[in-house]
Amino acid sequence: MNTISRNVLSAAVGAIILGLGSLAQAEDTIKIAVAGPITGPVAQYGDMQMIGAKMAVEQINAKGGVNGKKLEAVLMDDVCEPKQAVAVANQIVNQKIKYVVGHLCSGSTQPASKLYEDEGILMITPAATNPAITQQGYKMVFRTIGTDDQQGPTAGKYIAEKIKPKKLAIIHDKQQYGEGIAKEVDKTVKAAGITPVLFEGVNKGQTDFSALITKMKSEGVDFVYYGGYHPELGLLLRQSREQGFDAKYMGPEGVGNKDISAIAGPASEGLLVTLPADFSTDPANADLVKAFKAKNEDPTGPFVMPAYAGVEIIADAIKGAKTEDPAKLAGYIHKNSFQTPIGKVAFKDNGDLKEFQFVIFTWHADATKTPVK
Amino acid sequence: MSGSFSILEFIQQIINGLTLGSIYALIAIGYTMVYGIIGMINFAHGEIYMISAYIGLLTITALTVQFGIESVPLILLATLFVSIAITSAYGWTIERVAYRPLRSQSRLIPLISAIGMSIFLQNYVQIGQGARDLSMQPLITGGWRFGPDGGFQVYLSYMQVLIATATVIFMTALTLFITRSRLGRACRACSQDLTMTNLLGIDTNRVISLTFVLGAGLAAVAGVLISLYIGKINPFIGFEAGIKAFTAAVLGGIGSIPGAMLGGVVLGLAESFSSAYLRTEYKDVVAFGLLVLVLLFRPTGLLGKPEIEKV
Repeated sequence: MNTISRNVLSAAVGAIILGLGSLAQAEDTIKIAVAGPITGPVAQYGDMQMIGAKMAVEQINAKGGVNGKKLEAVLMDDVCEPKQAVAVANQIVNQKIKYVVGHLCSGSTQPASKLYEDEGILMITPAATNPAITQQGYKMVFRTIGTDDQQGPTAGKYIAEKIKPKKLAIIHDKQQYGEGIAKEVDKTVKAAGITPVLFEGVNKGQTDFSALITKMKSEGVDFVYYGGYHPELGLLLRQSREQGFDAKYMGPEGVGNKDISAIAGPASEGLLVTLPADFSTDPANADLVKAFKAKNEDPTGPFVMPAYAGVEIIADAIKGAKTEDPAKLAGYIHKNSFQTPIGKVAFKDNGDLKEFQFVIFTWHADATKTPVK
Repeated sequence: MSGSFSILEFIQQIINGLTLGSIYALIAIGYTMVYGIIGMINFAHGEIYMISAYIGLLTITALTVQFGIESVPLILLATLFVSIAITSAYGWTIERVAYRPLRSQSRLIPLISAIGMSIFLQNYVQIGQGARDLSMQPLITGGWRFGPDGGFQVYLSYMQVLIATATVIFMTALTLFITRSRLGRACRACSQDLTMTNLLGIDTNRVISLTFVLGAGLAAVAGVLISLYIGKINPFIGFEAGIKAFTAAVLGGIGSIPGAMLGGVVLGLAESFSSAYLRTEYKDVVAFGLLVLVLLFRPTGLLGKPEIEKV
């Protein structure tokens, strides 16, 4: 009993000291939470977001910071799970951090965004593409990436006009992101007069797709659109080729990273992927790309530059609006435009970018990609 | 959903279902044997399977990359041997650490301990190996194709044959061991009456340890096969596989070894057919709906006999 109360006491003292420590620190740095998957099956994408945001913080600090203060990136791991995302959002609220660059997966961004809106925290997601996130009438939520209702039609139009499949199947992972984009593709191809022979969902984390593949094979499907992430598509591709099902596959940016080639191997050759334009090939970003290469980091990932842009917009807004109040900054961001590595950006009233372009790439077995012309 | 009924597609779905079912059956044995002898659900069993998949994948990578061994049968045997040995050691240790000290407690206590063990092992692997997916290119590729050229061809891969063969071999060995050997007889005696068996001079602790080792060994076979067949693993695969295998064990009649085999196969086929002839979304609904139905009409499962013989 005695030892327990002593432990409680020392823990309380420790908490007070730590609390004071963070208060003291809050005086001279501006904290930006970078929230996304650091662990878990889609941590690859979290990496892209983290290296982009960290690079922006470093470079802005190197140029003297913001209004004499240094930026500090606080990395938060939501494992791409809605539950965990809410826990992370609460942590951000409790630590009195006022700006968030994140989250990454649409499914975890949506529940977290409600907390940020309620608590007056400014949120810029560099990766969540589900349209619903900016349809909630929120004032504090922005994104530096396109949406599925832009990406879906891009893919759908390409399928209807260039591929003209005889029998199209659309598969998704029943998650907000995957199913959302699959529905957009479905809508677009139907408008062009193509009715998919199959529109079905698989489980997140499913590993055996043989029954589904057999069904598609026996239906004579010659083109498959997959809405979801790479762990499932990788296995789907690999098992398809193994079973002798040769249909071409296409997916959204959630499948486009080098892990898909690690999982699917040669089966990933020829996969079509819609991705944001590769900003690292933009001549205006040459110096930035060099800085990434110098740190041995890959600037070509689809979320690297949007994450960089997210941090830069927050910093520019603080400078321009001469305040750190998130609500005033949100108003400033709505009204102004910003020069970032993803181009000159301005926002619509709902927080979406006024313009954003998705491009179709062909994926190769060695994890490289070439734009489809 | 599908158009005309095709017999070839039907055969293909049976092959798909049997492959899946074999894996479930191998894991289900571990649940059923432990339940048969000490009446406890070993919830950490799914994690045992996950660990064996890791050991399998790491051993195969080490053998092919580090030592440059190319003979597939040699790699396979060596990997099975290493994985069974290490995984069995895990099975033995878990029983020793987490369950034996609680043997005399009420049934709920070891159950909680099992759940704790399961969470511990998940995190332990996550810290040791990282939370990310590990993947490996297939070691055994190719197979046989049957059917008309240009039409739908049934595909039976060597890997599927290997899974079915390995399952049959290990299941037969287990059945022979339980029915013919002295230790097997001790196992059966323990399942009937643990205290009485102890009074008759049999070291029941040893028999219980043996049960955990055997269950873990079979899970190891499943783990190695799955890392070869699927080629992608992460620290969380044990949960889903565990739930499915547990379902298979209950479906077949928990405590009954032939029941676990049958339950696995039935579950695999149910998933495969519902995915094929209904929609893929419904495969788990059908599988678990089947479980509810069986339990409603046969509470002891397909082959379970109420409290008479449990091994």
